[in-house]
Amino acid sequence: MASDSGFEIRPMDQFEVKALFGGDIYWYTPTNVTLWMALTVLAASALMIYGARGRALVPSRAQSAAEMTYGFIYNMVRDVAGHDAVRFFPYIFTLFMFVLFANLLGLIPFAFTTTSHIAVTAVLAFTVFLTVTGLGFILNGTKFLGLFWVSSAPLALRPVLALIELISYFARPISHSIRLAGAMMAGHAVAKVFAGFASALGAAFFVPVLAVTALYALELLVAVIQAYVFTILTCVYLRDALHPSH
Amino acid sequence: MDETAASGSGMPQLDITTFSNQIFWLIVTLVVLYYVMSRVALPRVAAVLADRRGTITSDIAAAEEFKLKAQEAEDAYKTAMVDARAEANRIVEAAKAEMQAELDVQLAKADAEIAAKSAESERRIREIRDSALAMVTEVSQDITADVLGVFDAKADQGSVTAAVSARMKGGA
Repeated sequence: MASDSGFEIRPMDQFEVKALFGGDIYWYTPTNVTLWMALTVLAASALMIYGARGRALVPSRAQSAAEMTYGFIYNMVRDVAGHDAVRFFPYIFTLFMFVLFANLLGLIPFAFTTTSHIAVTAVLAFTVFLTVTGLGFILNGTKFLGLFWVSSAPLALRPVLALIELISYFARPISHSIRLAGAMMAGHAVAKVFAGFASALGAAFFVPVLAVTALYALELLVAVIQAYVFTILTCVYLRDALHPSH
Repeated sequence: MDETAASGSGMPQLDITTFSNQIFWLIVTLVVLYYVMSRVALPRVAAVLADRRGTITSDIAAAEEFKLKAQEAEDAYKTAMVDARAEANRIVEAAKAEMQAELDVQLAKADAEIAAKSAESERRIREIRDSALAMVTEVSQDITADVLGVFDAKADQGSVTAAVSARMKGGA
């Protein structure tokens, strides 16, 4: 990163939070975070409302995409978390749409990826964690603790298993959030590094350009898969809260 | 930490001075997105999906009904066909029988007429023959009487008649 060599790649610059209209950043300042989150809401609404506006019996392409997204998440919630989890479907759908469109919009060149920030994903993950834990205790009372008490294991092993279960339970929000932010950040940083090489290599620029192209395709896949993984893990945690028995 | 972040070479993700900003806007975004999705988008899509399911179900039911109706119509058609054939046969048989009866009646009538006509003819032939015979007999008697008158032979009317009759019978 020596700036005097004339060649420097600054892959982390793209993640900087900047005030849209200059000045210091306070909690209420409109920043590029605000802009790209607003675009996320717009994009999600465009698909689900504008795309499905025809409400046709035989759907158009956009309406079909909206319906497939709906059906995909609906079936995921029902199959993974159970029939009684369907009442949480709007929450889970909101989460999925936010993560999916934040990831995808972040892939536009010069875009800001809100989900590459641990602050964002941690809030998402801890919201899920706290909601699910609270729900578990409200719905099941102390029986929710049975989640940690593996009654099918030998009695001597149960305290040990309980400790392991407890640790893994509290590790959930951490892995849940770092997985998403890490995947987003790493992909974008690598793409930026390769793009930097392209300008530095001169005649051989096509090698990193091809690499970036391939990487971009991979990142598209990762963007969707991470949204899917985030959502399905939420469903799994929700199932544990609704049905804590092993 | 702040210094590295400011210089652009650190990880902006770890710059905690921007956390409150990000978290604030994230919460605003999630609330807005939740309301848009749960109040507008999802009910619409759910309604469309339910509509479609309803339409498909009712269409399939209607198709099933039409199929049954078609089956019924075909059965009715077949029954009507069989009935019509039987009816046609019956009518043909009846017509044949009627014609036969009529024919028989006409034949019998014609036979009777023919018989009557031939009887009449025979009768008239016999009459003619009888009258002819009578005339021949009378002429013969007259001639015989005249011939006897020419020869002045005396013969009474009775003997002449008997002689002529005997001759006629022998000649006949």
